[in-house]
Amino acid sequence: MSIEIRNIRKQFGQFTALDNVSLDIAAGELLALLGPSGCGKTTLLRIIAGLEKPDAGQVLFGGADATHTHVAERQVGFVFQHYALFRHMTVFDNVAFGLSVKPRRERPSPEEIRERVMKLLKMVQLDWLADAYPGQLSGGQRQRIALARSLAVEPKVLLLDEPFGALDAKVRKDLRRWLRDLHNDMHITSVFVTHDQEEALEVSDRVVVMDHGHIEQVGRPDDIYEHPATPFVTQFLGDVNLFHGRVDAGQLTIGSYAQALSQHQDADGDAAVAYVRPHDLDLSLQADGALAQGTVEHIHAVGPVVRVELQQADGHTIEAAVSKERFRALGIVPGDTVYVTPRKLAVFLKDAAGQQDYVI
Amino acid sequence: MSNILNLRHSVLPGFRLSFGITLFWLALIVLLPFAALVYSTIGMGWDGFAAAVSSERVLAAIRLSFATAGLSAIINLVFGFLVAWVLVRYPFPGKRLVDALVDLPFALPTAVAGIALTTLYAPNGWIGQYLVPLGIKVSFTPLGIIVALTFIGLPFVVRTVQPVLEDLEKELEEAATCLGASRWDIFRRVIFPATLPSLITGGTMAFARATGEYGSVIFIAGNIPMVSEIAPLIIVSKLDQFDQQGATAVALVMLGISFVFLLVINLIQWWAARRHGAR
Repeated sequence: MSIEIRNIRKQFGQFTALDNVSLDIAAGELLALLGPSGCGKTTLLRIIAGLEKPDAGQVLFGGADATHTHVAERQVGFVFQHYALFRHMTVFDNVAFGLSVKPRRERPSPEEIRERVMKLLKMVQLDWLADAYPGQLSGGQRQRIALARSLAVEPKVLLLDEPFGALDAKVRKDLRRWLRDLHNDMHITSVFVTHDQEEALEVSDRVVVMDHGHIEQVGRPDDIYEHPATPFVTQFLGDVNLFHGRVDAGQLTIGSYAQALSQHQDADGDAAVAYVRPHDLDLSLQADGALAQGTVEHIHAVGPVVRVELQQADGHTIEAAVSKERFRALGIVPGDTVYVTPRKLAVFLKDAAGQQDYVI
Repeated sequence: MSNILNLRHSVLPGFRLSFGITLFWLALIVLLPFAALVYSTIGMGWDGFAAAVSSERVLAAIRLSFATAGLSAIINLVFGFLVAWVLVRYPFPGKRLVDALVDLPFALPTAVAGIALTTLYAPNGWIGQYLVPLGIKVSFTPLGIIVALTFIGLPFVVRTVQPVLEDLEKELEEAATCLGASRWDIFRRVIFPATLPSLITGGTMAFARATGEYGSVIFIAGNIPMVSEIAPLIIVSKLDQFDQQGATAVALVMLGISFVFLLVINLIQWWAARRHGAR
């Protein structure tokens, strides 16, 4: 079922959690709401679920206004960060809960409930734990049970609030992939909230990046990563180096470095910031056409890429990531002076509002 | 067992010493008085014991004590849960004051409570004068005893249930709502089972306290033999008549009954804890 969010506004006292947010979620899509804490992503999810009332705006489910529909009637599955399993019930009873509280006329027979619960438990690969209590399970197992429980009532929409936030890195990775597979099988419209950009980019069909109650950008993961729309998105999606310069009629100048841009053709000597990801920086021992130069401070050679930290004359650090081969060819050691050239940069003008560098 | 006692390399030092002190202290404070009670009663022989405890008046008093204690514990369970619920769930002006008020029955000397309640409920008292025309007599009846026992037992239930309700995550209710549960379903199947162990504990404590309560009851009860005379009063009056053995005999019977009650309740708790996943 598709979801439309129209001009939602939500205020908590003086704090504006959501400021006029609109968003369309297609049926069967797996959407990630990504942003730092306090950006309003969880509030938006809770408003979709009906656990929170918006101050203004509408939520439409499949084209019908659901703004004032009670949670219990919205047919949403909600998965909480801390599982929210019923501790005094067995795993089986937890999963069966939604079916067993249905009004008598709609309630399936005990045999049918048993069959459906066991099917769900098999799907989350935990059927052997049916008689255990939540207290006896690991975090990853608990979250899978929570998911099975929310799916038992066959919701039209599945909402997950930082579902893997409380789990350790390895389990989180496994569950991510598993959620992706599950979604491919079930094709239920799903929205999940995360502050982990890697998770959002890896799992979802589309990512919504949020900050301060606004939507900054919506797009496919590769799109967002390759073409971030704002400085915030650029910085939030991964490590980035900042270079301050000017743009004049599509021509970027940073110190002695110059490059023609495809955008900003009407810029008139505006101050600008160029963002370059560490792996988009090449190192060289020659000064020709270099963006900047620095002294090698640290070299981290663990893993497939070598991360080199450079100290600029003005005290700023530059981080570059080069392949092992390139690193060996250069033969640099701490203390050497090297030059960096960008393969790809994202340039944003500092607008009249005095947009500041984001610090994360 | 040998495992526990032979923990040579335990991280926590001083096990033997502290365990020894614990045993000694429990023996001195708890077991010794019981032993004295049993010893004193044994001295009177079986016939003397049977005669002392089987008189109509003693039996009526014991029955009254446990019945009123039980009823007041049940009343406290219902209203104590309500009070705890309100204190945990709703913000309201004067909440801290109300919260402090709950402890008053703990802090008040029981005789003060007894006098205060009698003043209220006596036939010419503030509340009593309106109840008597309605045909409701509170003071000098078992009803008065229940009122007094309910008063002193309230904090036990509130103070045991309150922290458990505070720890109950809001998400549990939200999860249940999302699954389509009605408010009644949520209470019956999520909140109540989660607080049940604390309700049992609180109810047990209120009950245990009520069976032995003396100070606050004797004023309002009127102590009419066979009607409103509680077992602790029987014990005191036997002592007054220098019938020490008779007093210990009644005390022993009360101890026995209380012990059985506590045992049963502990079994229920153990069973409830197992249902919680043995953690």
